[in-house]
Amino acid sequence: MSLINYASKEINCKIVYYGPGLGGKTTNIKYIYSKITPEQRGKLVSLDTELDRTLFFDFLPVDLGTVKGFKVRFHLYTVPGQVYYNASRKLILKGVDGIIFVADSQIERFEDNIESMENLIENLKEYNLSLDKIPFVIQYNKRDLPNIAPIEELEKALNILKVPSFEAVATEGIGVFETLKAVAKLVLRNLGK
Amino acid sequence: MGTDELNIFEEEFWKINQVLEKLLRETNARTVLLIDRAGQLITSVGDTSTLDVPSFATLSAADFAATAQLALLIGENAFSTLFHQGENQSIYISIVAEKLILAIVFDKRTTLGLVRIKANQVSKELDGIFKTIFTRIKGSYQKTIDSDFLSEAESELDNLFK
Ligand SMILES: Nc1nc2c(ncn2[C@@H]2O[C@H](COP(=O)(O)OP(=O)(O)O)[C@@H](O)[C@H]2O)c(=O)[nH]1
Ligand SMILES: [Mg+2]
Repeated sequence: MSLINYASKEINCKIVYYGPGLGGKTTNIKYIYSKITPEQRGKLVSLDTELDRTLFFDFLPVDLGTVKGFKVRFHLYTVPGQVYYNASRKLILKGVDGIIFVADSQIERFEDNIESMENLIENLKEYNLSLDKIPFVIQYNKRDLPNIAPIEELEKALNILKVPSFEAVATEGIGVFETLKAVAKLVLRNLGK
Repeated sequence: MGTDELNIFEEEFWKINQVLEKLLRETNARTVLLIDRAGQLITSVGDTSTLDVPSFATLSAADFAATAQLALLIGENAFSTLFHQGENQSIYISIVAEKLILAIVFDKRTTLGLVRIKANQVSKELDGIFKTIFTRIKGSYQKTIDSDFLSEAESELDNLFK
Protein backbone atom coordinates (compact mmCIF):
# COMPACT_ATOMS: atom_id res chain seq x y z
CA MET A 1 0.00 0.00 0.00
CA SER A 2 1.37 3.38 -0.76
CA LEU A 3 1.98 5.27 2.43
CA ILE A 4 1.69 9.04 2.11
CA ASN A 5 2.71 10.91 5.23
CA TYR A 6 1.90 14.61 4.99
CA ALA A 7 3.62 15.42 8.27
CA SER A 8 6.99 13.76 7.76
CA LYS A 9 6.60 14.43 4.01
CA GLU A 10 7.27 10.91 2.87
CA ILE A 11 5.79 8.68 0.20
CA ASN A 12 6.54 4.94 0.30
CA CYS A 13 5.59 2.42 -2.35
CA LYS A 14 6.09 -1.34 -2.57
CA ILE A 15 7.24 -3.04 -5.76
CA VAL A 16 7.52 -6.83 -6.05
CA TYR A 17 9.61 -8.87 -8.50
CA TYR A 18 7.70 -12.06 -9.26
CA GLY A 19 8.47 -15.04 -11.51
CA PRO A 20 9.78 -18.60 -11.69
CA GLY A 21 12.74 -19.68 -9.54
CA LEU A 22 16.17 -18.86 -10.99
CA GLY A 23 14.67 -16.45 -13.50
CA GLY A 24 16.87 -13.57 -12.34
CA LYS A 25 14.81 -11.61 -9.78
CA THR A 26 17.56 -11.45 -7.18
CA THR A 27 20.08 -10.60 -9.90
CA ASN A 28 17.93 -7.57 -10.87
CA ILE A 29 17.86 -6.27 -7.33
CA LYS A 30 21.56 -6.90 -6.74
CA TYR A 31 22.43 -5.02 -9.89
CA ILE A 32 20.36 -2.04 -8.73
CA TYR A 33 22.05 -2.19 -5.35
CA SER A 34 25.48 -2.13 -6.96
CA LYS A 35 24.74 0.74 -9.29
CA ILE A 36 23.15 3.41 -7.14
CA THR A 37 24.93 5.43 -4.50
CA PRO A 38 24.64 4.46 -0.81
CA GLU A 39 22.79 7.75 -0.16
CA GLN A 40 20.04 6.60 -2.48
CA ARG A 41 19.53 3.16 -1.08
CA GLY A 42 19.31 1.27 2.19
CA LYS A 43 20.70 -2.11 3.07
CA LEU A 44 19.99 -5.13 0.90
CA VAL A 45 18.30 -7.71 3.10
CA SER A 46 18.30 -11.27 1.77
CA LEU A 47 16.61 -14.15 3.47
CA ASP A 48 18.05 -17.07 1.59
CA THR A 49 19.13 -20.68 2.02
CA GLU A 50 22.75 -21.82 2.17
CA LEU A 51 22.48 -22.52 -1.53
CA ASP A 52 21.94 -18.81 -2.15
CA ARG A 53 18.37 -19.37 -3.22
CA THR A 54 15.78 -16.96 -1.97
CA LEU A 55 13.95 -18.47 0.98
CA PHE A 56 11.58 -15.71 1.96
CA PHE A 57 12.48 -12.51 0.13
CA ASP A 58 15.13 -9.97 -0.79
CA PHE A 59 14.46 -6.39 0.20
CA LEU A 60 16.01 -3.14 -0.99
CA PRO A 61 14.77 0.38 -0.19
CA VAL A 62 15.55 2.90 -2.93
CA ASP A 63 15.22 6.67 -2.47
CA LEU A 64 14.06 8.60 -5.46
CA GLY A 65 14.93 11.91 -3.86
CA THR A 66 12.72 14.81 -2.92
CA VAL A 67 9.83 15.67 -5.17
CA LYS A 68 7.84 18.79 -4.35
CA GLY A 69 9.00 18.56 -0.77
CA PHE A 70 8.15 14.87 -0.42
CA LYS A 71 10.76 12.17 0.04
CA VAL A 72 9.77 9.39 -2.34
CA ARG A 73 10.97 5.90 -1.57
CA PHE A 74 10.42 2.57 -3.32
CA HIS A 75 10.64 -0.68 -1.42
CA LEU A 76 11.76 -3.45 -3.75
CA TYR A 77 11.04 -7.08 -2.90
CA THR A 78 11.67 -10.37 -4.66
CA VAL A 79 9.73 -13.55 -3.99
CA PRO A 80 11.13 -17.08 -3.83
CA GLY A 81 10.30 -18.77 -7.12
CA GLN A 82 10.22 -22.43 -6.19
CA VAL A 83 6.74 -23.90 -6.32
CA TYR A 84 6.81 -25.09 -2.70
CA TYR A 85 7.34 -21.62 -1.27
CA ASN A 86 3.88 -20.37 -2.16
CA ALA A 87 2.98 -19.36 1.39
CA SER A 88 5.93 -16.95 1.43
CA ARG A 89 5.09 -15.57 -1.99
CA LYS A 90 1.57 -14.79 -0.91
CA LEU A 91 2.76 -12.90 2.16
CA ILE A 92 5.09 -10.70 0.17
CA LEU A 93 2.27 -9.55 -2.09
CA LYS A 94 0.59 -8.02 0.93
CA GLY A 95 0.18 -4.30 0.30
CA VAL A 96 1.90 -4.42 -3.12
CA ASP A 97 1.72 -1.29 -5.31
CA GLY A 98 3.38 -2.57 -8.47
CA ILE A 99 4.65 -5.86 -9.92
CA ILE A 100 7.49 -6.81 -12.25
CA PHE A 101 7.21 -10.30 -13.68
CA VAL A 102 10.67 -11.64 -14.51
CA ALA A 103 10.33 -14.40 -17.09
CA ASP A 104 13.15 -16.80 -17.90
CA SER A 105 13.52 -16.71 -21.69
CA GLN A 106 15.04 -20.19 -21.99
CA ILE A 107 12.88 -22.60 -23.99
CA GLU A 108 13.02 -25.25 -21.26
CA ARG A 109 11.53 -22.75 -18.77
CA PHE A 110 8.58 -21.81 -20.99
CA GLU A 111 6.02 -23.77 -18.98
CA ASP A 112 7.48 -22.59 -15.66
CA ASN A 113 6.83 -19.00 -16.70
CA ILE A 114 3.21 -19.75 -17.48
CA GLU A 115 2.77 -21.63 -14.24
CA SER A 116 4.28 -18.77 -12.25
CA MET A 117 2.04 -16.22 -13.99
CA GLU A 118 -1.02 -18.33 -13.14
CA ASN A 119 0.19 -18.57 -9.58
CA LEU A 120 0.56 -14.79 -9.41
CA ILE A 121 -3.00 -14.25 -10.63
CA GLU A 122 -4.25 -16.79 -8.10
CA ASN A 123 -2.34 -15.23 -5.19
CA LEU A 124 -3.49 -11.71 -6.03
CA LYS A 125 -7.08 -12.86 -5.73
CA GLU A 126 -6.54 -13.31 -2.01
CA TYR A 127 -6.00 -9.57 -1.72
CA ASN A 128 -8.85 -8.73 -4.10
CA LEU A 129 -6.33 -7.63 -6.69
CA SER A 130 -5.89 -8.48 -10.33
CA LEU A 131 -3.22 -7.69 -12.90
CA ASP A 132 -5.41 -5.27 -14.80
CA LYS A 133 -5.91 -3.21 -11.65
CA ILE A 134 -2.33 -2.88 -10.55
CA PRO A 135 0.78 -1.35 -12.15
CA PHE A 136 2.36 -4.30 -13.91
CA VAL A 137 5.23 -4.85 -16.36
CA ILE A 138 7.04 -7.91 -17.73
CA GLN A 139 10.76 -8.54 -18.20
CA TYR A 140 12.05 -11.25 -20.54
CA ASN A 141 15.38 -12.06 -18.96
CA LYS A 142 18.44 -14.05 -20.02
CA ARG A 143 18.31 -12.82 -23.60
CA ASP A 144 22.05 -13.58 -23.83
CA LEU A 145 21.55 -17.33 -23.77
CA PRO A 146 21.46 -19.42 -26.97
CA ASN A 147 18.40 -21.55 -26.24
CA ILE A 148 15.78 -18.86 -25.83
CA ALA A 149 12.20 -18.58 -27.03
CA PRO A 150 11.39 -15.79 -29.50
CA ILE A 151 9.88 -12.68 -27.93
CA GLU A 152 6.66 -13.08 -29.95
CA GLU A 153 6.04 -16.49 -28.41
CA LEU A 154 6.73 -15.25 -24.91
CA GLU A 155 4.47 -12.26 -25.46
CA LYS A 156 1.67 -14.49 -26.73
CA ALA A 157 1.89 -16.80 -23.76
CA LEU A 158 2.52 -14.29 -20.98
CA ASN A 159 1.50 -10.80 -21.99
CA ILE A 160 -2.23 -11.22 -22.36
CA LEU A 161 -2.88 -7.72 -21.05
CA LYS A 162 -0.34 -6.09 -23.38
CA VAL A 163 1.50 -4.35 -20.58
CA PRO A 164 4.93 -2.75 -21.14
CA SER A 165 7.56 -5.47 -21.58
CA PHE A 166 11.35 -5.41 -21.74
CA GLU A 167 14.17 -7.67 -22.86
CA ALA A 168 16.94 -8.03 -20.31
CA VAL A 169 20.26 -9.59 -19.42
CA ALA A 170 20.16 -8.98 -15.70
CA THR A 171 23.67 -10.31 -15.08
CA GLU A 172 24.99 -7.47 -17.25
CA GLY A 173 22.41 -4.96 -16.11
CA ILE A 174 20.81 -4.72 -19.52
CA GLY A 175 17.12 -3.78 -19.22
CA VAL A 176 17.20 -3.73 -15.41
CA PHE A 177 16.70 0.01 -14.83
CA GLU A 178 14.38 0.28 -17.81
CA THR A 179 12.02 -2.28 -16.30
CA LEU A 180 12.05 -0.75 -12.84
CA LYS A 181 11.56 2.75 -14.21
CA ALA A 182 8.52 1.64 -16.19
CA VAL A 183 6.74 0.13 -13.21
CA ALA A 184 7.78 2.97 -10.90
CA LYS A 185 6.17 5.50 -13.26
CA LEU A 186 2.95 3.52 -13.31
CA VAL A 187 2.98 3.32 -9.51
CA LEU A 188 3.47 7.07 -9.17
CA ARG A 189 0.65 7.78 -11.62
CA ASN A 190 -1.55 5.55 -9.55
CA LEU A 191 -0.98 7.56 -6.39
CA GLY A 192 -3.84 9.65 -5.20
CA LYS A 193 -6.27 8.15 -7.70
CA MET B 1 -7.68 1.67 -8.03
CA GLY B 2 -6.90 -1.77 -6.75
CA THR B 3 -4.04 -0.96 -4.47
CA ASP B 4 -4.47 0.50 -1.00
CA GLU B 5 -3.35 3.91 0.02
CA LEU B 6 -2.67 5.13 3.52
CA ASN B 7 -2.76 8.92 3.88
CA ILE B 8 -1.62 10.39 7.18
CA PHE B 9 -2.00 14.09 7.85
CA GLU B 10 -0.09 16.47 10.06
CA GLU B 11 -2.39 16.56 13.05
CA GLU B 12 -2.93 12.79 13.09
CA PHE B 13 0.78 12.21 12.78
CA TRP B 14 1.55 14.31 15.83
CA LYS B 15 -1.18 12.59 17.81
CA ILE B 16 0.29 9.21 16.92
CA ASN B 17 3.74 10.39 17.93
CA GLN B 18 2.44 11.69 21.23
CA VAL B 19 0.86 8.35 22.03
CA LEU B 20 4.06 6.53 21.16
CA GLU B 21 6.19 8.96 23.15
CA LYS B 22 4.02 8.31 26.16
CA LEU B 23 4.41 4.57 25.67
CA LEU B 24 8.15 4.96 25.40
CA ARG B 25 8.30 6.99 28.61
CA GLU B 26 6.00 4.80 30.64
CA THR B 27 7.69 1.56 29.65
CA ASN B 28 11.25 2.84 29.66
CA ALA B 29 11.69 1.05 26.35
CA ARG B 30 14.47 1.86 23.94
CA THR B 31 12.54 2.29 20.70
CA VAL B 32 8.91 2.11 19.62
CA LEU B 33 8.02 1.70 15.95
CA LEU B 34 4.70 1.74 14.12
CA ILE B 35 4.74 -0.11 10.81
CA ASP B 36 2.11 -0.67 8.11
CA ARG B 37 1.23 -4.12 6.86
CA ALA B 38 3.42 -3.67 3.78
CA GLY B 39 6.42 -3.33 6.08
CA GLN B 40 6.78 0.45 5.75
CA LEU B 41 7.59 2.57 8.75
CA ILE B 42 4.86 5.02 9.76
CA THR B 43 6.82 6.54 12.59
CA SER B 44 9.26 5.73 15.37
CA VAL B 45 10.16 7.27 18.70
CA GLY B 46 13.14 6.71 20.95
CA ASP B 47 16.64 5.73 20.01
CA THR B 48 17.14 4.61 16.41
CA SER B 49 20.76 5.66 16.14
CA THR B 50 22.04 2.12 15.86
CA LEU B 51 18.99 0.58 14.23
CA ASP B 52 18.59 0.00 10.49
CA VAL B 53 14.97 1.11 10.55
CA PRO B 54 13.79 0.14 7.03
CA SER B 55 15.19 -3.37 7.48
CA PHE B 56 13.69 -3.61 10.94
CA ALA B 57 10.26 -2.53 9.68
CA THR B 58 10.27 -4.97 6.78
CA LEU B 59 11.44 -7.91 8.83
CA SER B 60 8.96 -7.37 11.65
CA ALA B 61 6.08 -7.14 9.17
CA ALA B 62 7.29 -10.34 7.52
CA ASP B 63 7.75 -11.95 10.93
CA PHE B 64 4.22 -11.11 11.94
CA ALA B 65 2.74 -12.21 8.62
CA ALA B 66 4.57 -15.54 8.79
CA THR B 67 3.48 -16.08 12.37
CA ALA B 68 -0.14 -15.38 11.48
CA GLN B 69 0.06 -18.15 8.88
CA LEU B 70 1.60 -20.49 11.46
CA ALA B 71 -1.38 -19.77 13.70
CA LEU B 72 -3.78 -20.77 10.93
CA LEU B 73 -1.89 -24.03 10.42
CA ILE B 74 -2.64 -25.11 13.97
CA GLY B 75 -6.20 -23.86 13.86
CA GLU B 76 -5.72 -20.58 15.70
CA ASN B 77 -7.15 -17.42 14.21
CA ALA B 78 -4.03 -15.42 14.91
CA PHE B 79 -1.37 -14.86 17.51
CA SER B 80 -2.03 -11.39 18.80
CA THR B 81 1.50 -10.78 19.98
CA LEU B 82 5.03 -11.92 19.34
CA PHE B 83 7.95 -11.82 21.72
CA HIS B 84 11.61 -12.35 20.92
CA GLN B 85 13.95 -12.51 23.86
CA GLY B 86 17.62 -11.71 23.51
CA GLU B 87 20.40 -11.70 26.04
CA ASN B 88 20.39 -7.93 26.41
CA GLN B 89 17.49 -6.70 24.33
CA SER B 90 14.08 -8.00 23.42
CA ILE B 91 11.36 -7.22 20.90
CA TYR B 92 7.65 -7.19 21.61
CA ILE B 93 5.35 -7.01 18.58
CA SER B 94 1.58 -6.61 18.55
CA ILE B 95 -1.16 -5.63 16.12
CA VAL B 96 -2.93 -2.32 16.61
CA ALA B 97 -5.80 -0.76 14.69
CA GLU B 98 -6.40 -4.21 13.19
CA LYS B 99 -3.65 -4.05 10.61
CA LEU B 100 -0.71 -2.06 11.90
CA ILE B 101 2.31 -3.44 13.65
CA LEU B 102 3.54 -1.97 16.90
CA ALA B 103 7.09 -3.04 17.70
CA ILE B 104 8.79 -2.24 20.98
CA VAL B 105 12.51 -2.74 21.51
CA PHE B 106 13.50 -2.86 25.16
CA ASP B 107 16.30 -3.90 27.48
CA LYS B 108 16.77 -4.70 31.16
CA ARG B 109 15.60 -1.30 32.30
CA THR B 110 12.05 -2.61 31.98
CA THR B 111 10.06 -5.86 31.98
CA LEU B 112 7.95 -7.79 29.52
CA GLY B 113 4.97 -7.50 31.86
CA LEU B 114 5.05 -3.72 31.90
CA VAL B 115 5.62 -3.50 28.15
CA ARG B 116 2.66 -5.77 27.53
CA ILE B 117 0.29 -3.82 29.78
CA LYS B 118 1.25 -0.41 28.40
CA ALA B 119 1.13 -1.65 24.81
CA ASN B 120 -2.40 -2.85 25.41
CA GLN B 121 -3.39 0.50 26.81
CA VAL B 122 -2.10 2.58 23.92
CA SER B 123 -3.51 0.22 21.36
CA LYS B 124 -6.99 1.53 22.18
CA GLU B 125 -5.87 5.11 21.63
CA LEU B 126 -4.27 4.21 18.33
CA ASP B 127 -7.44 2.37 17.26
CA GLY B 128 -9.33 5.64 17.64
CA ILE B 129 -6.85 7.71 15.64
CA PHE B 130 -6.62 5.20 12.83
CA LYS B 131 -10.35 4.77 12.60
CA THR B 132 -10.49 8.33 11.28
CA ILE B 133 -7.60 7.70 8.94
CA PHE B 134 -8.96 4.46 7.51
CA THR B 135 -12.49 5.71 6.99
CA ARG B 136 -11.58 9.00 5.38
CA ILE B 137 -12.84 9.19 1.84
CA LYS B 138 -10.09 9.32 -0.74
CA GLY B 139 -9.98 12.52 -2.72
CA SER B 140 -11.65 14.54 0.00
CA TYR B 141 -8.45 16.45 0.62
CA GLN B 142 -6.01 18.61 -1.26
CA LYS B 143 -3.97 16.45 -3.61
CA THR B 144 -0.21 16.50 -3.50
CA ILE B 145 0.09 14.14 -6.40
CA ASP B 146 -0.83 16.38 -9.30
CA SER B 147 0.59 16.52 -12.80
CA ASP B 148 3.41 18.78 -11.64
CA PHE B 149 4.41 16.27 -9.03
CA LEU B 150 4.34 13.47 -11.58
CA SER B 151 6.51 15.14 -14.16
CA GLU B 152 9.05 16.10 -11.52
CA ALA B 153 9.05 12.57 -10.08
CA GLU B 154 9.53 11.10 -13.52
CA SER B 155 12.54 13.23 -14.25
CA GLU B 156 14.00 12.20 -10.87
CA LEU B 157 13.48 8.59 -11.95
CA ASP B 158 15.34 9.25 -15.18
CA ASN B 159 18.20 10.78 -13.21
CA LEU B 160 18.43 8.00 -10.67
CA PHE B 161 18.40 5.13 -13.14
CA LYS B 162 20.68 6.36 -15.87
N1 LIG C 1 23.03 -16.00 -18.63
C1 LIG C 1 22.29 -15.30 -17.77
N2 LIG C 1 22.16 -15.74 -16.51
C2 LIG C 1 21.39 -15.02 -15.65
C3 LIG C 1 20.72 -13.84 -16.07
N3 LIG C 1 20.04 -13.34 -15.00
C4 LIG C 1 20.28 -14.18 -13.97
N4 LIG C 1 21.10 -15.20 -14.37
C5 LIG C 1 21.60 -16.32 -13.56
O1 LIG C 1 20.50 -17.14 -13.19
C6 LIG C 1 20.68 -17.68 -11.89
C7 LIG C 1 19.48 -17.39 -11.01
O2 LIG C 1 19.33 -15.99 -10.80
P1 LIG C 1 18.58 -15.40 -9.52
O3 LIG C 1 18.64 -13.93 -9.65
O4 LIG C 1 19.11 -16.01 -8.27
O5 LIG C 1 17.10 -15.95 -9.79
P2 LIG C 1 15.79 -15.79 -8.86
O6 LIG C 1 15.50 -17.14 -8.33
O7 LIG C 1 14.74 -15.34 -9.83
O8 LIG C 1 16.07 -14.79 -7.80
C8 LIG C 1 21.96 -17.05 -11.35
O9 LIG C 1 22.98 -17.99 -11.50
C9 LIG C 1 22.17 -15.85 -12.22
O10 LIG C 1 23.53 -15.52 -12.35
C10 LIG C 1 20.88 -13.40 -17.43
O11 LIG C 1 20.33 -12.40 -17.88
N5 LIG C 1 21.66 -14.19 -18.24
MG1 LIG D 1 15.92 -15.02 -5.70
